[in-house]
Amino acid sequence: MILLATLKLALRALRRSKMRTLLTMLGIIFGVATIIVVVSIGNGAKAQIEAQIASLGQNLIILLSGNFSRGGMSMGFGMAPTLTKEDYEAIRKEVEGVSGVSPEVRASTQVASGNQNEFVQVFGVGADYIDIRAWPLDSGANFTEADVRRANKVAIIGQTTAKTLFSDVDPVGQIMRVKNAPFVIVGTLSPKGMNPRGEDQDDIVLVPYTTAMKRLTGATTFRSLNIQAASPTAINSVTNQIADLLRQRHKLGPGRDDDFMLRTQQEISEAATATSKVMTVLLWVVAGVSLLVGGIGIMNIMLVSVTERTREIGVRLAVGARGRDILLQFLIEAITLTVLGGLIGILFGVAGSRVVSATQGWVTLVSVDSIGLAFAFSAAIGIFFGFYPARKASRLDPIEALRYE
Amino acid sequence: MPPVIQLENFTKTYHTGEVEVPAVRGVSLIIEPGEFVAVMGASGSGKSTLMNTIGCLDRPTTGRYLLDGVDTSELSRDELADLRNRKIGFVFQGFNLLSRTSALENIELPMLYARPGIRGHEQRERALKALELVGLGDRADHHSSQLSGGQQQRVAIGRALVNQPTLLLADEPTGNLDTHTSIEIMGIFQDLNRRGMTVVMVTHELDIARYTRRTVVMRDGHVVQDQPVTQRLDAVEELLKLTQEQQAIQLAP
Repeated sequence: MILLATLKLALRALRRSKMRTLLTMLGIIFGVATIIVVVSIGNGAKAQIEAQIASLGQNLIILLSGNFSRGGMSMGFGMAPTLTKEDYEAIRKEVEGVSGVSPEVRASTQVASGNQNEFVQVFGVGADYIDIRAWPLDSGANFTEADVRRANKVAIIGQTTAKTLFSDVDPVGQIMRVKNAPFVIVGTLSPKGMNPRGEDQDDIVLVPYTTAMKRLTGATTFRSLNIQAASPTAINSVTNQIADLLRQRHKLGPGRDDDFMLRTQQEISEAATATSKVMTVLLWVVAGVSLLVGGIGIMNIMLVSVTERTREIGVRLAVGARGRDILLQFLIEAITLTVLGGLIGILFGVAGSRVVSATQGWVTLVSVDSIGLAFAFSAAIGIFFGFYPARKASRLDPIEALRYE
Repeated sequence: MPPVIQLENFTKTYHTGEVEVPAVRGVSLIIEPGEFVAVMGASGSGKSTLMNTIGCLDRPTTGRYLLDGVDTSELSRDELADLRNRKIGFVFQGFNLLSRTSALENIELPMLYARPGIRGHEQRERALKALELVGLGDRADHHSSQLSGGQQQRVAIGRALVNQPTLLLADEPTGNLDTHTSIEIMGIFQDLNRRGMTVVMVTHELDIARYTRRTVVMRDGHVVQDQPVTQRLDAVEELLKLTQEQQAIQLAP
């Protein structure tokens, strides 16, 4: 029997009991819709993380100061005062293949201009910082090496900070008070958006690290250094050189742990992807279970259908249908059921991920891959769960089937 | 021309658990092309088993069955299906039409399984022709539930004829019908038989058997009587008589 005729037959059989067909398909519809939504959320998150990591800058290596432990309790890297200004100078002078180095010290403090004020993260950085972070200025100019050397009270501010303090006035050249000291604003940063934790990266003030250490933190060591390798291939060599240099400078004999930590952008991105992978696997399991349940529903209904239509099968066998014809008829009916469910599920899934985007503000990304995958999945479920009932139908004895009441 | 049906010492034994139940205990029977045979017998006489074997739905335990010269005892399930498709038209007591399916599509059913396949428009043409042959040309789009019992049985006969079989096999075709309709159906069979169709029919009604040309009576798995029908009834005449009688008591208009 031709496939097309069989398909027509299947469609008619499904149309005969619309309610049952719909209810049977629901499992598949939800399963597939879940897959689409889940994958779109996963992809969206992944794309966002990748963009975030790329936005850190290019060929970035982050050097964190030592793991500070007190009484056996680890306080985490960046807590021990192991990175000094001399270390920084040494890295700048001695390590080859470095195109920029900038320290980073952080302070949260009140800044004010006129009658406006806000609490903001102040970053003490070097003049290389905005190049390393690939964060161009929106207006004004970068502060200079001279500003850094003299610990001048100059600042570059982010877009959000600029709006809060100066609303529509051009902030370049204006005076801003940080801890009651007047700072001259020399430039504004272009907008960068939110970081993966949902924090506004544009609410920021950059000042020379020397100024920050002197006036804001009072510290003499750095929390971290941002180092940019000249090229992707130089990253390994730069990392090794820095490690050797610091071990030597910190007089760490063989067998002693590093009192600093080096992280390349690659490693950061891998760590972030690993986290999102766990989430994705979890959601796939949920989608898989719902598809499994849907498939069992299909098998159940197909078994009922085979029993109900025993006489029909008997008639078909009597007029010359081979076992294979009957097998194909019921298999195609099951596949039609799941594929239809799959298509509806895809529509629901796409709509669902839009809704998630709109209501949760998450970035979602419906990929062609996930649609294809969902489609293939639903067809496979039809074949897998439809096969047993179809085979049962094809093996009926025509005499018994004709006599069935 | 070979006989349409040639049974040689046919036996059939069913195994129910460890007990062997002989259903047919050795039947030899030859039915030539153009015959019209009634197989009669009480239930348990083995006539259903005989019909199932003749219809290639089952195979003999021992002995041989040749359908139109083809030995069926060595054929596989699929080959039997093909043989049924090409050579046998079935008419059942309960009509066995597909529900919620039009008369025309019911008749097309055997052509769906024809090898080599038949084109869609040819299927339609042949189905329409078969429908006209049984006098239901104007009911092509009616579903089986919209047809009377007699009409349903006509559709079933159309379905049995559509692949131009060698043998028309009817199992109690009038069992669910009233007298008038039964005679009409017998009229169709007589008409087909006059045009050369071999018809074998199982029935337990003596009246109905008298429309055929030969009766085979079975008891306990044996053929106990095989003789031509004397005083054969003609459906057209009988129908006329019945109508007059019914008019007399104002049953028919």
